[in-house]
Amino acid sequence: MSGFLNAFGQMFDTATIASIVAGASALMFATMGETISEKAGVINLSVDGSMMLAALAGFVVAFETDIVWLGFPAAAAVGVAVALLIAFANIKLSLNQVAVGFVLFALTTELSRFMGNSYVGRPPVAVPAWDIPGLSSIPFFGPVLFQHNLIVYLSYMTVIATYLFMYRTRKGLELQGIGERPEAAHARGILVNKLRYFYTALGGALIGIGGAAFSLDVKLGWSDRPTRNLGWIVLAIVIFGGWHPLRAAIGVLLFGALQAYAINLIPEFPSLSQVLPSIPFPAMILALVVVNWKALLKWLDRYPFLRAILRSDPPTAIGTPFEVD
Amino acid sequence: MTRTRMTTVLLPILVVLGSMAVLLLLAGTNPWDPVRTIVEGSIGWPPFEGGSGRKVGDTFMLWVPIALASAGLIVTFNAGMWNIGIEGQIIMGAIAAAFVAREVSVSRPLLILLAILAGAAGGMLWGLLVGVLRTAGGVNEIFGGLGLDFVALSITTYLIIGPWARSGVASTSGTNPFPDDALLPSLGGSKLSPLAIAIAVVALLGVWMLFRGTLYGLKLKAVGRNRPSSFLMGIPTNRYLLGSFMICGALAGLAGTSQAIGFHHKLIPAISGNFGFLAILVVLLARFQPVWVAPISFFFAMIAVGSPGLSLRLDLHGSLGGVLQGVLVLSAMLGLGWAAYLARRRATAAAESSNE
Repeated sequence: MSGFLNAFGQMFDTATIASIVAGASALMFATMGETISEKAGVINLSVDGSMMLAALAGFVVAFETDIVWLGFPAAAAVGVAVALLIAFANIKLSLNQVAVGFVLFALTTELSRFMGNSYVGRPPVAVPAWDIPGLSSIPFFGPVLFQHNLIVYLSYMTVIATYLFMYRTRKGLELQGIGERPEAAHARGILVNKLRYFYTALGGALIGIGGAAFSLDVKLGWSDRPTRNLGWIVLAIVIFGGWHPLRAAIGVLLFGALQAYAINLIPEFPSLSQVLPSIPFPAMILALVVVNWKALLKWLDRYPFLRAILRSDPPTAIGTPFEVD
Repeated sequence: MTRTRMTTVLLPILVVLGSMAVLLLLAGTNPWDPVRTIVEGSIGWPPFEGGSGRKVGDTFMLWVPIALASAGLIVTFNAGMWNIGIEGQIIMGAIAAAFVAREVSVSRPLLILLAILAGAAGGMLWGLLVGVLRTAGGVNEIFGGLGLDFVALSITTYLIIGPWARSGVASTSGTNPFPDDALLPSLGGSKLSPLAIAIAVVALLGVWMLFRGTLYGLKLKAVGRNRPSSFLMGIPTNRYLLGSFMICGALAGLAGTSQAIGFHHKLIPAISGNFGFLAILVVLLARFQPVWVAPISFFFAMIAVGSPGLSLRLDLHGSLGGVLQGVLVLSAMLGLGWAAYLARRRATAAAESSNE
């Protein structure tokens, strides 16, 4: 028991919190990307694979050109390509998004292994650290938020920008409209399918940038399937976050905290050192299960305030193609 | 009709395989070499004559879990469910079979029978859990299943380094080999077990029968096509969904059993061999037809056995086989989708011209 508490106590030092924030950048980008895509009505189930292939593209381009920043557009391009394929298959061909997404997950994963094989163990390229002058010297918040690098700062900005765009702009309202009531949006003169292509591609770009953030910032370099299972966690966090960017961001940090906690537990339970690092994955998905439990939701309905915070309803038209008659 | 459908499936596949061949040529590899390496490394060259009996046996013994898992997935797909939890169901089947193999001591036939039953039961329970989460909890089966996959994987790792650790050093390489009495009887010199093959064949036939000639299968299909109307028609939809998960789970559990006591002969962390996810690709490529599952599974098993040879002989990474599988399924899917799209367009054009 005291082991659990000791490890929990360590969660509160500045260094641990700062490392959770820094390590969350890759998942932040990918989660925002998937949220945007699903908000528009298209599930990109390939995240686990497309993030991996994008991580490879980012690393390879950065490694070959020796310019770390070039890795990000390359990775974004991979994410866009996969996302557009899913959008095309669903919008134009009326194929099942989940089926196409799953096949693309398998294909991109294997492609990343095949093409990345010769890059395993190559010297890493890293995004250079850069403290924000002034802000970084604030006690506590400085080291936690402002002593990282541009990519980490960009990940906060992406979260805030996604939120403001979705809930504070006219275009954001249209985005919600094409995912909730495509017929109504169409009747109002909004080009539903064109926008779905656009937002799926935008989501794919962010998923790709998340991949590059992983291989160029979070866990440097390339190894066999480095981002394994993170994409599935992204999909879970989007639901956990109720398709809301800020709640999803909290989900990402929660997952990072779980991972840090599991690592902190290893010295207390050395015999479980092989199992503990993988515990956050089922834990996160089981958390999702609890949050979505019907009985719990019914109980929540009695407390409007809690319901607003916890309940998550998917975009009504998610997963269904929209056809103009 | 059948002929056009064959061409719509085959044409895109051929086009894509052709372009892959060109890519390999550009990369300086003769595209025939990887194909031949995979065939030679699995069933031998010329097929079934030149190769080693051991490899042919391995190929058949990997066909068994892929075919079993695919048979199970046909049931859940027909019920309209995405059973991504199948990996976990295979793993729990393997764990249950391993438990019997390690802990029970009875006469050999009884021991094997018990291990098989335990494996099926283990997978069935894990499948039922996904179904209960879905029907009682309203948890999407993709995520409930994925969570249970992770749980099953953690349990295996825990057992292998913990209570079932190899004597001497605990390592993630696996448990001690099971006692000989618990292993599926095999033909001399290979792992080929007629019993395992028979079980897989019976499973495929059973699933084919289920949707060909039984009321249960028909109702299951109705539930998959349109759940609200099936419910209004008096079908207890939740019970049917649970049933489909239990059938699929049991078949997946048998796949795990075959992996544990028929192929690896011990419990290893990667006991599922990723065959659950692979089976999803098989079933999508087979368009949910049991008849097609058998040959496609065999082809995928050949790739699984033969592709390690790619890196030894041709210095190509073994994942080329996986790339090939993904490309095959994707191109077949897009090809069919494209053909259907053209047919729809022709139909609307015809309707419009007849209106004028």
